[in-house]
Amino acid sequence: MTQLILFNVFNGLITGAFYALMALGLSLILNLSGVINFAHGGFLALGAYLAYSLMPFVGFWGALLIAPLLTAALGLVVERLLIRRVYGRDPLYSLLLTFGLAYILEDLVRYVWGAQSLPYPIPGVLTQPLSRQFFFLTGYRLFMVALVALAVTALFLILGRTRLGMRIRAGTLDLETVGALGVNVRVLRNLNFGLGIYLAGLAGVLAAGMLGLQPTIGTSLIMPSFVAIIVGGLGSLPGTLLGGLLIGVASGLATVYLPSASEAIIYVMMGLVLLVRPRGLLGEEGRLQ
Amino acid sequence: MTQPRQLAATALLWAALLTMPLWINAIGGYTELASRVVVMGLAAMALNFLLGYTGTLSFGHAAYFGLAAYGTGMTLKFLAPSTALGMLVGVAAGTLAAALLGALIVRRRGVYFAMVTIAFGQVFYFIAFRWNSVTGGDDGLTGWRRQPLDFAGIRLDVQNSDTAFYYLALACLAVSAAAMAMLLRSPFGRTLLAIRENERRARFLGLAVERHLWLSFVISCAFVSLAGTLYALLNNFTDPRALRWDMSGNFVMMAVLGGMRSFWGPLIGAAVFVVLQDYVSSHTENWMSVVGLIFVLVVLFFPRGLLGLLRGRGSA
Repeated sequence: MTQLILFNVFNGLITGAFYALMALGLSLILNLSGVINFAHGGFLALGAYLAYSLMPFVGFWGALLIAPLLTAALGLVVERLLIRRVYGRDPLYSLLLTFGLAYILEDLVRYVWGAQSLPYPIPGVLTQPLSRQFFFLTGYRLFMVALVALAVTALFLILGRTRLGMRIRAGTLDLETVGALGVNVRVLRNLNFGLGIYLAGLAGVLAAGMLGLQPTIGTSLIMPSFVAIIVGGLGSLPGTLLGGLLIGVASGLATVYLPSASEAIIYVMMGLVLLVRPRGLLGEEGRLQ
Repeated sequence: MTQPRQLAATALLWAALLTMPLWINAIGGYTELASRVVVMGLAAMALNFLLGYTGTLSFGHAAYFGLAAYGTGMTLKFLAPSTALGMLVGVAAGTLAAALLGALIVRRRGVYFAMVTIAFGQVFYFIAFRWNSVTGGDDGLTGWRRQPLDFAGIRLDVQNSDTAFYYLALACLAVSAAAMAMLLRSPFGRTLLAIRENERRARFLGLAVERHLWLSFVISCAFVSLAGTLYALLNNFTDPRALRWDMSGNFVMMAVLGGMRSFWGPLIGAAVFVVLQDYVSSHTENWMSVVGLIFVLVVLFFPRGLLGLLRGRGSA
């Protein structure tokens, strides 16, 4: 029983790490530009499939490096051509726009790579279980957790220590003032969007290795990411991270005791948070209201 | 509101609705498509009761729509073969869920409100998807049919006649539209507009903003539930897709496409959307791209919708 619980908690942590990675990207974009990017899941799927197509040429590691960058580049283009036009308008329009984009991206993936699921080969080094007793600790899973941890650390370092990160944080609080101080707000929002999409692409490549490739891979991860943001609190990136891990572990534990509720439990948690602490665990009051 | 041109347009709209089963086949449609236009139109108008008049965006109305659809289907399947009872249970289920969740949802505003509605909507999707033994899971709820309706000795055979069902749906639309119009003209409706235009000011005037938003959310969901029951009856079937978030997105799209600042706009938007979706999905497998493209184009070029376009820039 202990082993079963450990196994599911660990599983939940991995799922939570995915949610968090995805939700952090969503949060970045939401905080600075006020846009809920529904197409985030579409970009995630695109990253995964790009990696799949790149792999024969550049190998697993090359794909892991290049695919998220390509996805981010596409994100920059999409922001420039489309998303930029709805900044400052009713959130309704950004929702509908990215919703339409999500449809298009999912269809695109289905059109190019087919509707069937595809296997995503990972190197043998990473597939070995590390210990016989804890069979679930395969190299790939540990590797994933490590990489997510690395990505999250890097993100917080970028935000905390670089000029770009400083501007993003300042812009989150008061974009107008940041613009008045001579920062090019358009470029800032563009780069910030790209950064968010990079995280989506990375999550996509990692998810592909664990879940295999399906055109709907992104859509199934985006709702929990919303929940992660709400539980953690809007406007707080550490909150988003915490929220993602929490709901991941919760759904992992639910798998032990009540498997059929493993998805619904995170929404129950969200309901509880809204009831007891509407701003979210680490959220600030009055953000994006 | 009572300008002669608008009255004439409304009369024309209703003339078209009342005669739709007579001419829809001639232009390449079918009676069920007409019914779907009416049902989706009701859903879009119900959503717009909230969106257009309080300015709060719900991206989760499909939850109550689908919940009502399941309520109806399950009543007919497990409880009693009565269409009227099924509709009653369906609407009650959707409205009750909205009343409970709405109390949590109205605590948030703006983007937050939208996200919370989406996320709560997913709960019901997963329940319907997972609870195989009762809901039929992914395959949907089958094994039941809508039954003939008896009104004071007159039998309306909605079971075998698609046309009869169309008029049942249209009657529901008419009653709902009248009720919504009356509510919007009452002091309650004016209060909603005040909240939309300036929530802080409304609050300072002593209006109970939360209670009004909650009530309008519940009313809106009650009508969307009615649409949901009709949707289930129309198809003699319901599946988890009826309560998934993309359905919510479609409702919002219909409202915006038609024009969310006008009372009948969402109905027009629903008609265009439903017919277009029917046409596109029978001609290409990539209907998702086409629908997605419509979303993008509407947002970028026609944000005020078709009726907004007709009215010109000045009057909205």
